Parts: sequence; C-alpha cells; structure tokens
Amino acid sequence: MTNTTTHNLSEHASQNAHHEADARTLFGFWVYIMSDCILFASLFATYAVLHNSTFGGPNAKELFNLHFVLIETLILLTSSFTYGLAMLSAHHHKKPRALLFLAITFILGITFVSLEVNEFTHLISEGNGPDKSAFLSAFFTLVGTHGLHVTVGLMWMFTLMAQVLDKGLTYMTMRKLATLGLFWHFLDIIWIFVFSIVYLMGAL
Amino acid sequence: MNLFGKLTAAAFPQEPIIIVATLFMVAIIFSIAILLTVKKRWTWLWSEWLTSVDHKKIGVMYIIFAFVMLVRGFIDALMMRGQLAMSVGDNHGFLPPDHYDQIFTAHGVIMIFFVAMPLMFGLINIATPLLIGARDVAFPFLNNLSLWLSVVGALLLNLSLSVGEFARTGWLAYPPLSELAYSPGVGVDYYIWSIQIAGIGTLLSGINFIVTILKMRAKGMTLTRIPVFVWTTLCSMILVVVSFPILTVTLALLFLDRYYGMHFFTADFGGNPMMYVNLIWAWGHPEVYILILPAFGIFSEVVPVFARKKLFGYTTMIWATIAITFLSFVVWVHHFFTMGAGANVNAFFGIMTMIIAIPTGVKVFNWLFTMYRGRITFTTPMLWTMGFLSTFTFGGMTGVLLAIPAADFQLHNSLFLIAHFHNTIIGGVVFGYFAGLTYWFPKIMGFRLNEKYGARAFWCWIIGFFTAFIPLYIVGLMGMTRRLNHYEVASGWHPFLVVSAIGAVIIGVGILFQFIQIYVSIRDRKHTLDNTGDPWDGRTLEWSTSSPPPFYNFAHLPTVHGRQPYWDTKYGEGAVPQRAHYEDIHMPKNTPIGVLIAGFALVLCFSIVWHITWLIPVSLVGIVGAVMARSFDHETEYVVRVKEITEIEGRRHK
Repeated sequence: MTNTTTHNLSEHASQNAHHEADARTLFGFWVYIMSDCILFASLFATYAVLHNSTFGGPNAKELFNLHFVLIETLILLTSSFTYGLAMLSAHHHKKPRALLFLAITFILGITFVSLEVNEFTHLISEGNGPDKSAFLSAFFTLVGTHGLHVTVGLMWMFTLMAQVLDKGLTYMTMRKLATLGLFWHFLDIIWIFVFSIVYLMGAL
Repeated sequence: MNLFGKLTAAAFPQEPIIIVATLFMVAIIFSIAILLTVKKRWTWLWSEWLTSVDHKKIGVMYIIFAFVMLVRGFIDALMMRGQLAMSVGDNHGFLPPDHYDQIFTAHGVIMIFFVAMPLMFGLINIATPLLIGARDVAFPFLNNLSLWLSVVGALLLNLSLSVGEFARTGWLAYPPLSELAYSPGVGVDYYIWSIQIAGIGTLLSGINFIVTILKMRAKGMTLTRIPVFVWTTLCSMILVVVSFPILTVTLALLFLDRYYGMHFFTADFGGNPMMYVNLIWAWGHPEVYILILPAFGIFSEVVPVFARKKLFGYTTMIWATIAITFLSFVVWVHHFFTMGAGANVNAFFGIMTMIIAIPTGVKVFNWLFTMYRGRITFTTPMLWTMGFLSTFTFGGMTGVLLAIPAADFQLHNSLFLIAHFHNTIIGGVVFGYFAGLTYWFPKIMGFRLNEKYGARAFWCWIIGFFTAFIPLYIVGLMGMTRRLNHYEVASGWHPFLVVSAIGAVIIGVGILFQFIQIYVSIRDRKHTLDNTGDPWDGRTLEWSTSSPPPFYNFAHLPTVHGRQPYWDTKYGEGAVPQRAHYEDIHMPKNTPIGVLIAGFALVLCFSIVWHITWLIPVSLVGIVGAVMARSFDHETEYVVRVKEITEIEGRRHK
C-alpha cells in the first residue's frame, strides 16, 4: 500500500516536472522566435534602404517572375498545413500517420528550397548575382536567409522523424515536434512578408 | 585548392613585441598543462568543470575568463598610454601605426566583449537562480554552450595576435575602411568572427535568463517581489534578445561584402556605409545598457545590506529600469550626430538622450536615500558602490554635455568622448561588477575576500581612474582626436598625456592588488570561513542556503512572502517551521556537447578567416552532428535521492 502511494506520488511529481519543462521550452522557443523576428526585421530594413540602389543594373520589376513565386508560396503554405495535420495525428497517438504527414511536409520543404536555388542560379547565370548591385545584395541575403532557415528546419525535421521512428511519440518527441511546428509556421509568416514586400511590391 | 588557404609562414610573428607576447601565451598554456598533468587533475577539470551545467560553476568559469582577458586588455591600454606619453615631436614611440591601430581595436573589443560581458554573465549566473530560489537555469546545457562560445570568440581574438593580424579599424569596424578594398588582410575577418560567435553565445544566454526569471521563481515571488538585481537582469536580457540579432545581421552583411563581393556598405555599386553605422549603433547603444543595468542591480542589493536599511523606492527603481530599457533604443543617433541627419533628427535624439538622465537620477537618489541615516559599514562592496556614485554621476554629466548636438559637433571623436565613456563604463560597470564580486564571493567559495587588499585595490582604481581620464577630458577640449599615435610638441598635450599614463599605471597597481587579494584570501581562508551561509546579514534568498550552496541550491524550494524573504525569516514574526522531510530532486547531467560544438565552431571560424575551404564543411558537419547527438539524447536528467540530500543537509546543520 505505502509502496503504491509513493509510486503514484513520484509519478505525479514527474508528470508535473514534464509539464513545467514543456512550458519552459516552449516559452524559451517563443523568445528565440522573437529574436529571429528582429533578425529578419534588420534584413527587411536593409532591403528597404537599398532596394532602389540598383547602380544601373536591373531592378525588381525586370527580374522577378510572379507566377514562379506564387507556386513557391503555395508550396510553403501547404507544407505548413501538412505539418498541422502531422501534429494532429501525433496528438491522437497515430504514429504512422504523423510520420506520413511529416514526410509530405519534408518533401514540400525540399521542393521549396530547390525552387529557390533554381531561381538564384538562374539570376546568377544571367549575370545578376549578389555582387551586381546593392539592391541584389540585399535581395539575395534576405531571401537566402529565409531559405537557410527552411533548410535548417528540414534537417531538424529529418532528425525528429528519426527520433519518432526510434522512440515513438513520447513526451520528449512531442515537445520537440511542437517547437519545430512553431519554427515552421514562423517561417511561413516571414515568407508572406518576403512575398508581399520583395516580390509583389517589386513587380507592381 | 590550397591546403591552408591564405595561411602562410608570413602570418606568424615577425615583430619583437608580438614574438614576446606569443611566447608568453605559449609559456602560460604549457605551465598550466604541466601543472594539471603533475597534479593529475585533467579528469577533474573535464568532468567537474568544463562539462559542468551547474550555474555556479559556469559563473566561476566566466569570471576567471574575464580576469584573464582583463589582463590582456589592460596591457593593451598600458601600451597605448605609454606610446602617447612618448610619441611627441621627433620621438615616434615604440609602436608603429600599423600595430598601434590593432591595439586600440583589440582593447575595445576585449574590454566590452570579453571582460565586461563575461563578468556580467558570471555574476548573473552565480546570483540569479539563488536569488529567485531556483535549482538551476531554465536551459542548463545552453548555459554551458554560451560560455564556451564566448571563450571561442576570445580564443580567436588571441589567436590573431600570433597568427595573422587583428583589425586596424577601431572597435566597431566602420566601413568603407573595414571593407576588403581598404582592409585586405585577415584582421577584420578575425574581428567579425570573434564577435559573431561570442554574440551568438550571448543571445542564447539572454533567452535562457529571461525564461529562468519568468518561469522558475520560488512560490510567492511575484514580479513586484523579485530582488532589484533580478529585475535589472531581466531588462538587460530583454535588451540582449532585442539587440543582438541586429549585431549578428550587421556583421554578417559586412562578411558578405568582404567574402562574396556584395555591396551593402561599399562606397560604390549603391552600397551605403552609413547604414552600417546606424545598424551597429542600434545594437551598440542598448549594449552599454545591457552592461550597466545589472551593475545598477548589484548596487541595489549591496546598499540595503551594508546600510542595514530596506531599499528606498523599490517601485520607482523598477520603473526607472524599465524606462531606461525603453529609452536605450531611441538614442542611437547620438553616436553620430555629425552624420548630417539634419537639425530636427539630431534634436530628437539629443533630447531623448538627456531624458535618460532622469530615470538614472531617480536611481542615484534612491541609493542615497537608502544610505541616509543607515548604519553603513565600509566593506569593500560598499567602497565600490560609493566610488561608483561619485564617478558615475560625473560621467553621466559629461554625457549630457555630449548629448547637445551643437556641442557634439566639436567633441565628436575627441578624447573628451573617450574620457566620457570610460568614466561611465569604469565608474559604473566595472565598479559595479567588482562590488558584486566581493559581495557574492563568500556565497560561492565559502570564505570572504581579504578586506585590506580589497580597499587598496579600490583606492588605486579610483585614484588611477581620475588621474588617467581627467587629463583626457582636457586634451579632448583642446582638440585632440581619438586613435592618434603621434602629435607635435606645439599642441601642448604632452604633459597631460604623461599624467594620463601615470594614472594607467596606478590602475595597474589596483589590478595587481586584486590578484594579491585573491591569493591572500585563499591562503588565509581559515580565518574568513563562512559557516553560516550569511556573512553580511543579508536580506535575500541566496543567503538562506549554505556557502558554498549544495549543487541543488535548496533542499526545500523556498516560499516567499515579501521583498526581503530571508530578512523576514530571520527577524520577522514567526520563524518558518523546520521541515525535515526531503523529496527526490531532478538535476541536469553534465555534458561534453557544449565544449564539442564550441570546438568545431573555433575550427569553422578559423577556416573561414583563412579561406581554408575544405575545412569549412568539415567543421559544419561536426557542429550539426553534435547538435543532433544532443537532440537524440532524451536522458538529460538524473535523480538525486533523499538519502544523499539528507546526508548533505545533515553535514550543514551539524
């Protein structure tokens, strides 16, 4: 009798500890995302200052293909949706389905990054690389930093898929999935700004 | 492809001064290594310290690190003052311009990033969890990683002394001078990466302490009950999180300009050098408040204890801190009124700058009123505090002078400015951290620091400070600009610069006394042992546990009923019932991953600096691998059993 009570107590205590650790990690990750917001804000500000400094080279209107960017945007937005589905399945303890949606998200993410790399190599091959003018330096850096974030997110997603496969949907893997989710949706929001400010305002 | 990139034999020391410095560093490293081997302490160093996630040990390592770098940064200062005392008329001193320029750049970078910041993080680490009644920080592993990333930054900087060169641009590396066209060597690259890597460590710490303070306070410790030091730390860490990403971006853009021929800050192709100046100060001004706010917090802890009175005006103290936090983001243009932003813009930033004097003044009067009719004991922490009050107020007033744009056009980049910011940083930040160091030393080490040498160090510092910097105010008004390494007799500056050099030597004696103080205190520790855990009759929670505290800090997490929880327990109505029953405690395990990541980061930065192209991906893979290994490890905690806790606590209450 005494034994079971102690056991239950410590079980309860450890549940509490997990809950507190979850709250700390998620809050900490929010703070990190805020700092990343400042990072992107600095890059957007830089772009705003330099977007007319083309130094005789091409400007945004001559360079960007809105159809292409729209496809990129839709792919990234869809990946956020599928990540949400993965989280739903994870909360319902459906491991295979969660993994499936994670895999779909991963593929969409890879597609997005490849399209971006494609756009970049196309620009560079036409002689409009980042060293052409201050405007292009700012463009490549802003969009490239977002792409780099997505790439890191993909590596992280890969690691987490392996962990879920290995350890299942434990409270640790769930916490990690939740933080990656925050990161992934955050990158979507940043992309909306990139799409509106860099591409839409540039092409109009 | 070259195996060593741009690194050739020519990068190694040629000048006698640098050869001696290199040999000196190598000798120190070797003697430490030999000592560790002879005493068979390598495993102890590795498993008890380097891989430790205990906030108290990390704090101690930060402080040791800061003192080592203080010696380096101070030698730079002595060399500059020596050069300027000699280099008049036909005499050109002992430092060629090329070397002198590296020294003033290194001095600034070292003193801010590798002395002031580590001292700050050392004290925050030591004190914050104890002050809020927590067992560790929110993310102990990240805390360890932050330390090692800062150390890597400093290692890179020290490496540049022996392998290659450091930047010759001044401590903020303004373009276009810092662009490849005008600084073709590796100096600026060393500069970029040593700060970048330390900055990332700082950002992680900022996040860590925000979460620690907001999520891990003891039961009952509401936001209006947390000690003022914790409040100022919280505000300082918020500033870190908001401003350090700007630094990261700024340095990254400069790197892209230099490495990939981009045009953010170049003078041609549409680049905008003044954008760099704006960005770097949008970080740089908050940075000085990041440093000073925790020092204000320390004074707010020290004064009530040694005046034996409750802190005057707790609420106004907090509001003043918040006001300063906000205002620090709307004053950055005062660093370059001469940019030509126009009268209205300059007027706005000038007025905002002057307004900062108001909340700061509120704080100064709060400390004075706390002392008023108190029973003050003149211990070393109190000496530093009183030295601060006079010195800092003086420096603050010269700051208000500089805040007037019209006056600033005359004083911009003069030695008046140099004297002003040393006045606030030495008088405020340095004195504050030294006060904190003497105040919390017995808590962490279990014995007090020697008072006699503490007082000697203090008097040397304050007398040396005024002797060194009052002459600089005067030559600044006479028109001497900063970063000169030679001048003519007719300028009339020479006598002042000689006095200034003497002042630097007096400060040097003060630093020497500090080292003697540490030695003497360790030697005589039997006489100053702190068996009670409460050597100063303190008021806050850190004094309620033993000195040094057990690794879990508190056997029972405390419950708080007021702003002076420990004081109330000691003298308040009704003693707290003794609880003999302990519970298991979860503690984080030590981990080598932090050291590993930092090691790869060092290799990465070094290979970027020297364009060793094959090593860059290798070290990147190393970093990613280490992070993944950490991510896969789900068993990062262990349980301390009641039996062990009972034993440890039994020893204390014996």
